[in-house]
Amino acid sequence: MGSPLRIVNGRVYDPANGVNGAVQDVCVRDGKIVADVPPDAKRIDAAGMVVMPGGIDIHCHIAGPKVNLARKVQPETHQDDVQLRTRLTRSGTGGTVPSTFATGYRYATLGYTTAMEAAVTPLGARHTLEEFHDTPVLDKGFFVLVGNNLLLYRLLQEGRREELRHALAWWLKVTKAYAPKLVNPGGDEMWKGQRNANITSLDDKIGSFDLTPRRVIAAFIEAGNELGLPHPVHIHCNNLGHSGNVETTLETMRLAEGRRAHIAHIQFHSYGAAAGKSQSNPTSRARDIIEYINTHPNISADVGAVMFGPATIMTGDAPLAYMLRRFGGNKWVNADTENESGCGIVPFRYQDRVYTNALQWAIGLELLLLSEDPWRMVFSTDHPNGGSFMSYPRLIRLLMDRGYRKEQMAHVNQKALDRSALRDCQEREYSLSEIAIITRAGPARLLGLTDKGHLGVGADADVTIYEEDEDKEKMFSAPRYVIKDGELIIEDHELRADHQGRLLHVAPDYDPQIEQVIEPFFEDFYTIRFANYPVDDRYVPNGQIIPTTPSVAAAPATAGTRT
Amino acid sequence: MGENLKVVRDATCTFCGCVCDDMHLTVDLDQKRIMKAENACILGKAWFREHGIEERPLALIGGRTATTEEAVEAAAQILAQARFPLIYGLSDTTCEAQRVAVAIADMIGGTVDTTTSVCHGPSGIAFEGVGESTASLGEIKNRADLVVFWGGNPAEAHPRLFSRYAVTPKGMFIPNGRKDRTVVLVDVRRTPSTPAADIFIQVKPRSDFEVLWALRALVKGRKVDPSIERRTGVSLAVLEDLVARMKSCRFGVFLFGMGLTMNRGRHFNSGALLALATDLNEFTHWVAKPVRGHGNVTGADNVVSWQTGFPFGVNFSRGYPRFNPGEFTSVDLLTRREADAALIIASDPADNFPKAAIEHLRRIPVITLDPKATPTTQLAQVAFTTATYGINVSGTVYRMDDVPITLRPAFESPYPSDEQVLTAIRDRVRALLGGNRLPAGAPVAAAS
Amino acid sequence: MAEIMTLIGGRSSKQGTTLCASKLGAAYAEISSTLEMNVEDMARLGLSNNSKVRLRTPAGEAILRCKGRETKDLPPGILFMTYGPLSSQLMAGDTAGSGMPISKNLDVEVEPVRDENGP
Repeated sequence: MGSPLRIVNGRVYDPANGVNGAVQDVCVRDGKIVADVPPDAKRIDAAGMVVMPGGIDIHCHIAGPKVNLARKVQPETHQDDVQLRTRLTRSGTGGTVPSTFATGYRYATLGYTTAMEAAVTPLGARHTLEEFHDTPVLDKGFFVLVGNNLLLYRLLQEGRREELRHALAWWLKVTKAYAPKLVNPGGDEMWKGQRNANITSLDDKIGSFDLTPRRVIAAFIEAGNELGLPHPVHIHCNNLGHSGNVETTLETMRLAEGRRAHIAHIQFHSYGAAAGKSQSNPTSRARDIIEYINTHPNISADVGAVMFGPATIMTGDAPLAYMLRRFGGNKWVNADTENESGCGIVPFRYQDRVYTNALQWAIGLELLLLSEDPWRMVFSTDHPNGGSFMSYPRLIRLLMDRGYRKEQMAHVNQKALDRSALRDCQEREYSLSEIAIITRAGPARLLGLTDKGHLGVGADADVTIYEEDEDKEKMFSAPRYVIKDGELIIEDHELRADHQGRLLHVAPDYDPQIEQVIEPFFEDFYTIRFANYPVDDRYVPNGQIIPTTPSVAAAPATAGTRT
Repeated sequence: MGENLKVVRDATCTFCGCVCDDMHLTVDLDQKRIMKAENACILGKAWFREHGIEERPLALIGGRTATTEEAVEAAAQILAQARFPLIYGLSDTTCEAQRVAVAIADMIGGTVDTTTSVCHGPSGIAFEGVGESTASLGEIKNRADLVVFWGGNPAEAHPRLFSRYAVTPKGMFIPNGRKDRTVVLVDVRRTPSTPAADIFIQVKPRSDFEVLWALRALVKGRKVDPSIERRTGVSLAVLEDLVARMKSCRFGVFLFGMGLTMNRGRHFNSGALLALATDLNEFTHWVAKPVRGHGNVTGADNVVSWQTGFPFGVNFSRGYPRFNPGEFTSVDLLTRREADAALIIASDPADNFPKAAIEHLRRIPVITLDPKATPTTQLAQVAFTTATYGINVSGTVYRMDDVPITLRPAFESPYPSDEQVLTAIRDRVRALLGGNRLPAGAPVAAAS
Repeated sequence: MAEIMTLIGGRSSKQGTTLCASKLGAAYAEISSTLEMNVEDMARLGLSNNSKVRLRTPAGEAILRCKGRETKDLPPGILFMTYGPLSSQLMAGDTAGSGMPISKNLDVEVEPVRDENGP
């Protein structure tokens, strides 16, 4: 937990508590922010520095089965980007999919202290937790894939909505997940069961099921809200990457009907279609998206910005990865998980001269620059899909420095800029407070992590201290100090200690009767025994359950146990 | 049979890569023996039957009985003094133990390699080149209507691959089981697996690559010369028939064995097969799956990959992971007489490595961890007897399709687990070295 | 008079069950020193079941006992044995930069061994 600590003379950015650059002390003891510490406590003089809560990545891909496949398939990216071992810390390799130790240390060296792995198959939960064990410093959680789950489809098809909710709660609890995730609902069944087909609209029939993506999405939004999860259903919409997909995205958001829903990497879902001959070319419809979000407080999104350079497409959206294989060169990984999901991986490179890539880059910036509520349009690159998390400092500079942005715009495909509105939002520059919102306070609030993303008394003592610099990329690339759970992990820009973060997960209640529904399905269609499926507590040596606030009782009214 | 019986339901067999988790074990706790293993295949039955507690010393140092603590000290001294040590094996132990073994290699700047390098290592190399379309075994059970086995003999090496996963079971979209599938087997000889197939294609030895490449050409609509038959033993008509089936099935799968990897062509063979599976996705859904051997060799691949970025044959002597098959793989390090010490965990290279490699193992100090005496433990300077994973020890094991399963041990062993011994060795080596060893010339900052 | 044949190393279920008991016992030694050979090849070389043959490669040599297989199961010119201490004697350490030694389809010289103590 580290010794008591007082950070003095720093300009503090703590937007959740209305602190906007005031010079004030931040005190730390026993892993928490406290009101005061004894006068002999260790001091950090943060004069000329900015003090913020530790960064929180709401949507990234850093651990689990697909991530490990993506690591293995790209040895060439590891060889020239290595993480040296020190006396204290482990070695590793980088590239857009770093090894676990390198992932933890590198996030920490950017000032990040929490990250959410955004797509894990339930069958891969154990694997993900094993990788988390070897991912230092960060607090972590994962979103579990439920939107292509065939048992849940069966329940929904038969109109068993209550049981669907209980089964969803069961899945969240036994996998130790943080939130439910939908990826291209219906798409994996079309892919695996219909000769590599895909969903094209919310009203397509899902293979042999009497279901549509519309019904699936609406049902999960409802169930997630009823369970009162700290983070609502996290949705990767249908038609990702396709020209004209904006209509699908808008329609998906409307399905929430005022209930909470989070749309993932929305940049990839904000495309119009060019008129005439080039209609396969996307155009920017960022304005329509942002207008909807600005006026619908029930909806939140992370941006999923694209940065030029190397990336790795890795997704539960298998047909999408197959489509991108045409652009990605010679390697493609597909991995189907029984009854649960698909998965696709393609090494990729975004190029500034390529029309579509430049447009994607522009739309990411547009969304952030047009957004009126930074608390609900938060920062991400869908690492490593839109680019590595190591590119976050550059993305921050693009938002904070319009001169730099203008300079960069001059280098990219100009036809793409013509089809975007980026030139219309040239004036806006993000303030440090707004950066603190989209990278810290906002994600914490959207995730329902009340002890994170702020520096009020009682908050987790996850603190980052940056040296102020005109060059914001430089400033955010290497914080002077990073404190995790009250422990000084980075001092003078260097790793000084190792640290094991926590696993954040939910454990919603469910009617135990639901197991009688689930077990027979396992007997018939899984190849792992029902009894061996739940992940036990040994995999979360450092777990923290985030409470739920259900709006309906866990046990149905008809349950015989009621008196 | 004693009075003190216990039944362990849903235990897991770790003999082969099928990692079947539906074993119901009847355990005699007095005799510390498994009397019955319901659902086990012939290999699994032998695995459970033969892993009782044998009267063996906890450890041997130079052939003399020692305590575990003494052996830890001796092992730590060997590893701390070695300049180019090799850590090898790891396929028959838990991920928890594998994790510590990689940590030791990182700490001392040694090499970690697993039995993958002499198993499906070439398929791992091919994967790095072309990727792979693959699936969990349940997808094969639920959907595969065309199953092609290539260069393997599951009936003898992975019996329940047929009965539990890929041939006879009924699945969601395969309601009639075996009747709904076409099974093809490609091999150089008839084996006990052959009768399971509807179509047996016998290729001449050393011609798998040519057959696979001809299939790729046919799938892409190119012409193949009928002389292919002279070279490979397979007629053009047979190949064309297979291609027609492969393009028209709904969900096809290749399950391929070491007939491809241990053969002339090695990773080129695996790569040709993986590329063929990828090509076929233009027409219908196709996946491929290397049929992995020892219980947790797939876990070893996963652990080494997530810790280092590379699946096997990883060297840490420069202070970071480097991967180079042929340079940092065990057979090469030993045959070239480069390794100056070896820590061998749960494997038996002295029984199956090339002669020259075994000869080098006799020259250098070797540390072994194994529940049983083997040719390798016999040549070891320090030999630990450890508990058997899955029988005495819990932990995580990855099935050949990357699905992790938690083990349910049947009875306690008087011997420590691999994880416990490795952790003790790691801690002692760390104390001897004062932390991780830094390579010569490491940046000063990194040394602080 | 030695002939060149193709040796395939592999696994068998008997080998698998035996190694669970012990790799140092007589049963494992017997299994890993058995060579399956085409019956026509055996007849031509004057071998019968249990006859001893010497296999030789540039790496080394090993003496095994024959077991006949019909042509439909094992074509002429092909030999099969399970992996073990004797197959190791025949394998070269070169992996051609792959890590994998060749252990299937080895060219081996096959030569009957006159056993002074009888078969």
